[in-house]
Amino acid sequence: MWKNSLSIKTIVAIGIGAAVFVILSRFVAIPTGIPNTNIQTSYAFLALMAVVFGPIAGGLIGLIGHTLTDAITWGSVWWSWVFVSLFVGFFTGLVSNRINIESGVFGKSQIITFNIVQAIVQFVGWFILAPFLDVLIYAEPASKVFTQGAVAGIFNIITVGIIGTLLLSSYAKTRNKSDSLVKE
Amino acid sequence: MAVEMLSYIDRKSPVHALSGATKLIAFLMWSSAAMLSYDTRVLLVLFVLSIYIFKISQVKIREIGFVLAFILAFLLLNNVAIYIFSPQEGVKIYGTSHVLIEIVSRYNLTLEQLFYQFNITLKYFVVIPAALLFIVTTHPSEFAASLNKIGVNYKIAYSVSLAFRYIPDIQREFRIIAQSQQARGIDLSRNEKVWKRVKNVSTIVFPLILSSLERIEVVSNAMELRGFGKNKKRSWYSEKPFKQRDYITIIIAVLLLVLSLLITFHDGSRFYNPFI
Repeated sequence: MWKNSLSIKTIVAIGIGAAVFVILSRFVAIPTGIPNTNIQTSYAFLALMAVVFGPIAGGLIGLIGHTLTDAITWGSVWWSWVFVSLFVGFFTGLVSNRINIESGVFGKSQIITFNIVQAIVQFVGWFILAPFLDVLIYAEPASKVFTQGAVAGIFNIITVGIIGTLLLSSYAKTRNKSDSLVKE
Repeated sequence: MAVEMLSYIDRKSPVHALSGATKLIAFLMWSSAAMLSYDTRVLLVLFVLSIYIFKISQVKIREIGFVLAFILAFLLLNNVAIYIFSPQEGVKIYGTSHVLIEIVSRYNLTLEQLFYQFNITLKYFVVIPAALLFIVTTHPSEFAASLNKIGVNYKIAYSVSLAFRYIPDIQREFRIIAQSQQARGIDLSRNEKVWKRVKNVSTIVFPLILSSLERIEVVSNAMELRGFGKNKKRSWYSEKPFKQRDYITIIIAVLLLVLSLLITFHDGSRFYNPFI
């Protein structure tokens, strides 16, 4: 799996993808009014990259992008949440084969598959994994981190559901449909 | 929209002279020690040490002041949130309860809670100087080389270096797109309502992402033409060879990690309990 999927294109996608992730989470985060909770467009982008370039690219963009964002804004890295970005990127990427965005088709059934998968993956990531790791590593009070995780999770699922779906469908439009040739 | 970011600061100091790989290893050990330990004595010693290392690195507090302000604000918020959600967490951990100020039964201020929150804050103060130092004293391209040196596949190390290389470019592109959309009358400020703002912001996000996808195509073609990834190994222009001081630093870092874990866990708990 490693040999095939680490093509040059994947490597570049990871690098530039991580850079875009950093810029999006740094500049294009809309505060919701709840402290420390933003509408993060970067996760919609992560979902797009995961679907287009596969699970390894998705996971590594999450890992590198989130680590760099934390490092250059805060000067320190919250590994528990970084791990969740890796998890979300990787598992969203697993649907890339089923959706096959390169064929240029992103219709109703693909939209439903994508949204079911992203909702499940993000639910596990933000509602369960992130708080669990916070308690394990930082021994923070469980009730606090579970609330934080739930709030972040809800916003991220909605953001990816709307912006991610729109991004994927406009990306699909730039691809040539596999059945676009007509015999005359 | 001038947002400052942390970046490399060039100085002549013993910390800068270390190889990037050494600093990476030392930083990883340091943060694992700080993450695993809740022992106040260990954390205090590490904190004093980190201040000392910060001093010899000749980086001035002023140069990273904006990040420190961010972090302090975060820590304050975090502490308030912990107190609101779980004001008796300290009592639960340390097993005793010394009430200082009576408020409402659940929110009574206890000595244990203060001590617990002091420890959480101290943990951050141990990691933050080390992380800041690592970022401002290691050149990004040397960082990629050191990732490869500690065993990360060079292709992945290269994508990290690509990320560093393209952050400024994409930031510039972001600014250009944002300004041209604003010139068309799209309001991105906080005057708009949240959902309208999301809609307006997506007029930046879409072109930015689609143009980045194009950039991926161009860069990967260029690398393919130059035969990237043909060989099993790769040499790095900015790699620094290991010297004596690197070995000494690594040995000290390992010793510190082992010692702090031994002291923390010798009584079977990661918390230091002064209340018994």
